[in-house]
Amino acid sequence: MPGCGGRLNQAAGRSNRPCPGYPVAVMDNAHVTLVSLTVNGEPRTVMADNRLSLLDLLRERLGLTGTKKGCDHGQCGACTVLADGRRVNACLALAVACDGASIQTVEGLAGPGGLHPLQQAFLRHDAFQCGYCTPGQLCSAIGMLTETGPSAVTADLAADPPLTPGEIRERMSGNLCRCGAYVNIVAAISSEASSGGEAGDPLAAISFGDTAPYPPARRAAGSRAGAS
Amino acid sequence: MRPFSYARPGSTADAVSQFRDGAAYLAGGTNLVDLMRLGVTAPDHVIDVTRAVSSQVDERESGGLTIGAGVRNSDLASHPLVRERYPMLARALLSGASGQVRNAATVGGNLLQRTRCPYFQDVTMPCNKRSPGSGCQATAPGADTAHLAVLGHSTCCAATHPSDMAVALTALNARVRVASPAGDDHAGAHVSTANPDGTRVIEMPGLHRLPGGIPERDTTLRPGELVTEVELPPPPGGRQAYRKVRERASFAFALVSVAALLDVGPGGRVRDCRIALGGVAHMPWRAHTAERVVLGAPPSAAAFAAAAEAELRYARPLPGNEYKVTLARNLITDVLGELLP
Repeated sequence: MPGCGGRLNQAAGRSNRPCPGYPVAVMDNAHVTLVSLTVNGEPRTVMADNRLSLLDLLRERLGLTGTKKGCDHGQCGACTVLADGRRVNACLALAVACDGASIQTVEGLAGPGGLHPLQQAFLRHDAFQCGYCTPGQLCSAIGMLTETGPSAVTADLAADPPLTPGEIRERMSGNLCRCGAYVNIVAAISSEASSGGEAGDPLAAISFGDTAPYPPARRAAGSRAGAS
Repeated sequence: MRPFSYARPGSTADAVSQFRDGAAYLAGGTNLVDLMRLGVTAPDHVIDVTRAVSSQVDERESGGLTIGAGVRNSDLASHPLVRERYPMLARALLSGASGQVRNAATVGGNLLQRTRCPYFQDVTMPCNKRSPGSGCQATAPGADTAHLAVLGHSTCCAATHPSDMAVALTALNARVRVASPAGDDHAGAHVSTANPDGTRVIEMPGLHRLPGGIPERDTTLRPGELVTEVELPPPPGGRQAYRKVRERASFAFALVSVAALLDVGPGGRVRDCRIALGGVAHMPWRAHTAERVVLGAPPSAAAFAAAAEAELRYARPLPGNEYKVTLARNLITDVLGELLP
């Protein structure tokens, strides 16, 4: 049965700390699963309590604390990561359901050549104040820039509209910023969307998908993604 | 969160056969994981169905579409045939949630999401839907009723169904295919067609139900039934729209939403009119009364206003959500006016 092959044996399973209020006896091998996934190009395997979210797996089990926990209910976007190239809320994904997925976090955005162009744009436009929402804003914007089709504010459904500030605001509505840095966040994303990227294609630097976490040039330069 | 076992079966038959009392089907997780974290629901076995149902959109010979229950909301919204032939569906999907949530949420999960009634989600409050027999805080004096029902509610539940997509599917006469566990003889099924392959088909809005005396049941599905596909009939003639009113410009549930279609024949009379409302009832609300007023008559602003009035005549707002009646009436009138050729 898929998802069941890697369970701990019973003795090892009981070594997991149980949730308060539940007897130790229920924490048997039926409630933990061996999860294998790729994080920022590196294969990782974790024995996970089935209740573990992808967010807690990244932060608590892999030490990747760049991804932030805000509301833990999918409403603030601070935990946004890219899963198989698509932006998702890591707090709403069970880690066990991400078995086999390729996850990209803020830690994986910068390449050996320096910061990702969108990170540079955030610096250039002063697109953050406290910075807590920034990792989620970055991952969300990178995912958003690879998405095609209309949004709720697009007048013509047949169109693949240009990313006007109005389009960017609508498409980024899943990311809240309590400092209210929205004006500069929109400006940073807008400049990145219209800058043409390194190779003249606006998505060239950010269109990594299922199999290529970085553009070929960066991978060839020996980024961590090349190790996968 | 209560500990649970987890399985990710590779087929519908395997998924359905694993279901037992206390189990839950998981798809995108955008609602279920949150409800488990809140303690609203506590399954002891989670069946991940993302590999057990189709995630494809297929065009049928009739011109209709078959949409796998595992299709992500974002993929359906951006599908060229949905944008071209079922614009109200694309609009409804795009107006729901956020980019991140739409990337994870599936068609099946969207249909089966639970109400966002604040008292259902707060486990310290009585709620007949979450804990049958405990009472309804939403209908108690002083309750926050701003998001609650004005049509079809009962004394024990005033929750609304939160989906935008389901409102458009209702106006489009979509059919939901569900797989039933073996041994289910389909007795007493509501609007059902039993098929030899163990599936049955439910026409929207028959998937959902009004709360009556058993608000713990959101849908007409029986235990263990799994939504596998949504079938869209060939695209209807006429013009379509979906309009949603909410408290902020984006990423909020509908206060009231309207999915509407208007087809005016060559003789200048309305030959097809479909109206469905979101945010007003325990299920997507097909406004048949309003449709009957408009059908066969020459379209006019006065006719649309009369239709809206007829539909809302029997609305029973709660103290504090009377505004929804006015809003729904104005929305129906205005959206139909916008659809005039």
